[in-house]
Amino acid sequence: MLQVSLYRYNPETDDAPYMQDFSVDTEGRDLMVLDVLELIKAEHDGSVTYRRSCREGVCGSDGLNINGKNGLACISPLSESVKNNKLVIRPLPGLPVIRDLVVDMSLFYAQYEKVQPYLQNATPAPAIERLQSPEERAQLDGLYECILCACCSTSCPSFWWNPDRFIGPAGLLQAYRFLADSRDTATEERLAKLDDPFSVFRCHGIQNCVNVCPKGLNPTKAIGHIRGMLLSRAT
Amino acid sequence: MRTISFDGVIVGGGGAGMRAALQLAQSGYKTAVISKVFPTRSHTVSAQGGITCAIASADPNDDWRWHMYDTVKGSDYIGDQDAIEYMCSVGPEAIFELEHMGLPFSRTEEGRIYQRPFGGQSKNYGEGGQAARTCAAADRTGHALLHTLYQNNVKNETVFFNEWFAVDLVKNQDGAVVGVIAICIETGETVYVKSKATVFATGGAGRIYASTTNAHINTGDGMGMALRAGVPAQDMEMWQFHPTGIYGAGTLVTEGCRGEGGYLINKDGERFMERYAPNAKDLAGRDVVARSMIMEILEGRGCGPNGDHVKLKLDHLGEEVLESRLPGICELSRTFAHVDPVKEPIPVVPTCHYMMGGIPTNIHGQALTVDSEGNDRVIPGLYACGEVACVSVHGANRLGGNSLLDLVVFGRASGLFIEKSLREGIELRDASQSDIDAASERLQALNDRASGESVAPLRRELQEIMQNHFGVFRTGEFMRDGIAKLASLRERVEAVVLADRSSAFNTSRIECLELQNLFETAEATAIVAEARDESRGAHARDDFTERDDQNWLCHSLYHSDGQRVSKRGVNFTPHTVETFQPKARSY
Repeated sequence: MLQVSLYRYNPETDDAPYMQDFSVDTEGRDLMVLDVLELIKAEHDGSVTYRRSCREGVCGSDGLNINGKNGLACISPLSESVKNNKLVIRPLPGLPVIRDLVVDMSLFYAQYEKVQPYLQNATPAPAIERLQSPEERAQLDGLYECILCACCSTSCPSFWWNPDRFIGPAGLLQAYRFLADSRDTATEERLAKLDDPFSVFRCHGIQNCVNVCPKGLNPTKAIGHIRGMLLSRAT
Repeated sequence: MRTISFDGVIVGGGGAGMRAALQLAQSGYKTAVISKVFPTRSHTVSAQGGITCAIASADPNDDWRWHMYDTVKGSDYIGDQDAIEYMCSVGPEAIFELEHMGLPFSRTEEGRIYQRPFGGQSKNYGEGGQAARTCAAADRTGHALLHTLYQNNVKNETVFFNEWFAVDLVKNQDGAVVGVIAICIETGETVYVKSKATVFATGGAGRIYASTTNAHINTGDGMGMALRAGVPAQDMEMWQFHPTGIYGAGTLVTEGCRGEGGYLINKDGERFMERYAPNAKDLAGRDVVARSMIMEILEGRGCGPNGDHVKLKLDHLGEEVLESRLPGICELSRTFAHVDPVKEPIPVVPTCHYMMGGIPTNIHGQALTVDSEGNDRVIPGLYACGEVACVSVHGANRLGGNSLLDLVVFGRASGLFIEKSLREGIELRDASQSDIDAASERLQALNDRASGESVAPLRRELQEIMQNHFGVFRTGEFMRDGIAKLASLRERVEAVVLADRSSAFNTSRIECLELQNLFETAEATAIVAEARDESRGAHARDDFTERDDQNWLCHSLYHSDGQRVSKRGVNFTPHTVETFQPKARSY
């Protein structure tokens, strides 16, 4: 029997959060962590609350803190998550908890919106697509795949301290996704908006974001590129 | 109960809903999207291989009429030709718009959008060999499309009600739709969202089956709401089983794998599709490939200790092609099949994937019903687009890559039409208190109920019935047995009880409401599947193995009132091309 310890908090009935233990029969299968949550909700306690959608690691709903590390429940197999037959599941750290494993992502989304995450091109659109070479397009690889799960930003100490002023790794990855796009003409305006002591420069290169990203992306590297663009702009 | 008013309300934040919302937001009308998940968590995100459209990149001579021919043939001739004509001809404009919005399509050496071959595609009306018509962003096209649409809605300041759940339609005394009852999941508050135009873009319902590529959230909410409000459902027997769901997990492996040169093998390592479809082979229609796979398994040539799946071979394509064109597939296969496709084939099995049926609409997204004489009648105030709609461009079998095109083209068309209607003035009478109460009844009953069965076992039972009785191959006797099981399940589903009564983020309440939507969708499917006594497209019957154009070259309509089945004519009158006449369908 797998020992699962879940973070519980219902704002209507609980004064404070607590950990609740469940013994779950996995029948020896190497389930995903999400499957275990589904089992608990179906067979142990229907009030256990979490988000989930695609169950294949592309929608970004079920970012959780699993045995101390942020990750997506649906693509975290027990064989890689469980330590000493124990699974401790908490909400993503640093954001307000709404209930159980569900956090309030408003701040995270606000930082994303701040970088104007959409293509801006001042020239009139052609009758067909704008042309882009495979090499130019390759600049977007490792950037556009972000699923906004917030595993990175909520593992970042700089984001914990300044979630309202430091854009955070997820937002900055998207900022660079548009800076790097050969079709975008708003580079100068984008950089001007980021050029303050907090938005970008609170990143101290700790690289927690890189370690936890379930899509294998590297926000630190993207932040480095933005930093470079800001510095060369200043000189 | 609070009332919030909008000019247009879109239920569903996937590709169709966000494309419709974008159109309306740009027009300046007061628009809101109600989405039960944050929009980028919608199931469009899981689409992989691409969006099919004759943009003439891979082939400068490509022609949307060829795409139309393929789509009509793929539909086994019950796709509406006016709608298919509209989709295929307007498609290029809609794709270029997406590119201008920033969608990161893969590129050719010329800098144009990369297109790959997909199943059922041809040049020159089936005479010119395999076409490459599916526009792709690696194998993450749905993700790229959904995020691009969300980003452009952010840019246009669309109002989003994220993590709100629409419960039921509100109809006024004239039977017009004037909004929905919705719950804010975070607080539990219930609100009447009033609107002059209510657009259903709620997606599919693959979760009626035990094994599906669909997300947990694909629970047929739009179908449930429509059927309870007396809106008919069209072609609900037509469910697509995707040939390549990962064995055991159900997660999707794109047809693009076979487009890039992958192929299916049985336990003897034989490329068996050469026997079933000598020309198109692994790129025959999905219905054809799925049935061939089941035949291999039934005849003892399946793989594994139980002989219950086949394999998709990709290793011969080489690591470079796999990592550049199919990186997501490599990732999914390693995670869910514990197989590295660079080295060994992926175990796959046909898996429920797409609902071809849905709410009947015209090309403007207006929901339709039929009067007592059988004539189409627009339902005032209600629109539908994307998977929940049946416009019908997919007929009895959808071609790969056509769902993303469908949702973009008809999301856009719905938005355009509603904008025009709003400008001309939409006058609908206000809902009365009793109209609003009627729409709140189901939720109220659920909240008040003290005892009953819990949601998870009921859902499992429903999914098992559908999986066992209404799968790839169907027989009348077995389906009637399934219908009887569903009939006895209905009362229990209607009496489902809440495991949790709190207001804050109560997912148990949402799951109960979803279960009832699943049930309505499943029962409609079952009853029309039994009624259609022929084999066509995805609907394959062991007891009626032939296509019967005499009796069934038509849509089925399911009416929840009395659980009746009727027939509705297929459109055979495109405006700019000759009708494609039904003929035998082979690949």
